[in-house]
Amino acid sequence: MNRILKKTQLSAEVFRLEVEAPLIAHERKPGQFIILQVDDSIGERIPLTIADADPVNGSITLIFQTVGKTTHLLADKQVGDSIAALLGPLGQPTHIEKVGHVVCVGGGIGVAPLHPIAQAMKAAGNKVTIIMGARNKSLLIMEGEMRKIADDLIIVTDDGSYGRKGLVTHPLKELCEQSPKPDMAVIIGPPIMMKFGAETTRPYGVHTVVSLNTIMIDGTGMCGGCRVTVGGKTQFVCVDGPEFDGHLVDFDNMMKRLRAYKPREDADHQAHHCHLEEAAKALEKQ
Amino acid sequence: MLIYGIPEFRLPKTIVQNELDILKKMGVKVEMNFVVGRTRKLNDLIEKDGFSAVFVGTGAGLPKFMNIPGENLVGVFSANEYLTRANLMKAYDTGRAHTPLYHSKKVAVLGGGNVAMDAARMALRLGAEEVHLVYRRTEKEMPARVEEVGHAREEGVIFHMLQNAVRILGDANDCVTQMECLRYELGEPDASGRRSPVPLAGSEFLMEVDTVIVAIGNGSNPLISQTTAGLQVNRWGNIIVDENGKTSIDGIYAGGDIVLGAATVILAMGEGRRAASSINASLAGT
Repeated sequence: MNRILKKTQLSAEVFRLEVEAPLIAHERKPGQFIILQVDDSIGERIPLTIADADPVNGSITLIFQTVGKTTHLLADKQVGDSIAALLGPLGQPTHIEKVGHVVCVGGGIGVAPLHPIAQAMKAAGNKVTIIMGARNKSLLIMEGEMRKIADDLIIVTDDGSYGRKGLVTHPLKELCEQSPKPDMAVIIGPPIMMKFGAETTRPYGVHTVVSLNTIMIDGTGMCGGCRVTVGGKTQFVCVDGPEFDGHLVDFDNMMKRLRAYKPREDADHQAHHCHLEEAAKALEKQ
Repeated sequence: MLIYGIPEFRLPKTIVQNELDILKKMGVKVEMNFVVGRTRKLNDLIEKDGFSAVFVGTGAGLPKFMNIPGENLVGVFSANEYLTRANLMKAYDTGRAHTPLYHSKKVAVLGGGNVAMDAARMALRLGAEEVHLVYRRTEKEMPARVEEVGHAREEGVIFHMLQNAVRILGDANDCVTQMECLRYELGEPDASGRRSPVPLAGSEFLMEVDTVIVAIGNGSNPLISQTTAGLQVNRWGNIIVDENGKTSIDGIYAGGDIVLGAATVILAMGEGRRAASSINASLAGT
């Protein structure tokens, strides 16, 4: 169960795992996620979006960045190892319909959850423009997969090492200024990027969907740890989401809630790197 | 729920494990990491997977919040989240557990049921210096068992009767710093037969706290009803059953909190037994 079939390192801190999960691969729809535990006794439970699935092969693809304890332990797993617990598919699937022109915006690792949505939007008959952004060229993921889907693909990097230099909001604004403007935007990435992405489309009245990844425990609505304020009302990301109207999400409160355990997360991240450095030094001595 | 919800000091996990072991010895197969409705639809279990009958005992689920300003600040938890972090994820074991512990000094628990008592006593065990239990009626109207109230008081939980939170305040990082409360008096009996609390105008006061645990009950989880065509629920989302525990769909039975609304484990076990005998009778054709 939950055996790792394939492992690829996409950049310094980003990994791609293909995991055996036939039931999830069969049922999952774009926009949905899983919850996993690398150790079912003392492990924490973290949500990851399903980047792709192969129902014939019975596998799902997860893409994640190492940020805390669990993602580091997950990155240490090898092909043939199993993930202790894998639960899903969870959350409401993306509402897919033909609206005309859809702009899909992915920042950093947000390109992974964006991929199945862009794919489904294209299959529904939409014109799909994809904007992908990262801090630099080495952090850009899934360019080939996205290029296959996109009618137009725009790449931006913060430092200009690949594509246009700048932020994803720059080409997004240009698209909104065109006539006719896009009919819809789907923006997935770091919270700050989704916040400014939504602010970019707001004055043009372009309907904007964002996918949120908050701290979760059970992922089935039981605890409310993932709650966010949307249009002044409390919503649970796990059962009401993960996708919401980007113009209604209180991003500032969400970002502060995401920082609740930051000191511990940073300490675990640091400890892992110290551990790696010590191991490297020990190897050098030999 | 017996594992993640009720703390070890009230229900030792070895007792639950013994019960589970007995069931397994009797031939019951336990499928873990399986959300019916998401991993597989309820109807599919009967129509495609060959099961003759299904009993749904999924419990209440969605925690209720107060709907007051500040409820999504960092440091506000549902009792479900607070207890799950400790009971299931073992966050108390700071040296080993991957789930971080939220360090609290002054905790307020809102509510007067058994779960509120559990959360208050857990907060003391997790190192809180002061735990305040805030309830809008008097001890006489508390839904908690008298013994649980006694245990909480004996352990040092400070009771505040005829008070309720109206607003939670935070600092620049959105971390809880204070809670604004109102004082109440008892008025006429309400629909539940309990005298209803009436707020006293101008009685606002502030309580210094860094953590607020909301323990005011659970609504029904909509996961099964949303994903099962033809399953009838009442206006609170509870599954409607006949005197034998049978739902509106042939072969599907239900019991416990998903039928009763929030009740007790004892009542739920009774419902399970009743439904089991009617399933037996139905399958035996008597």
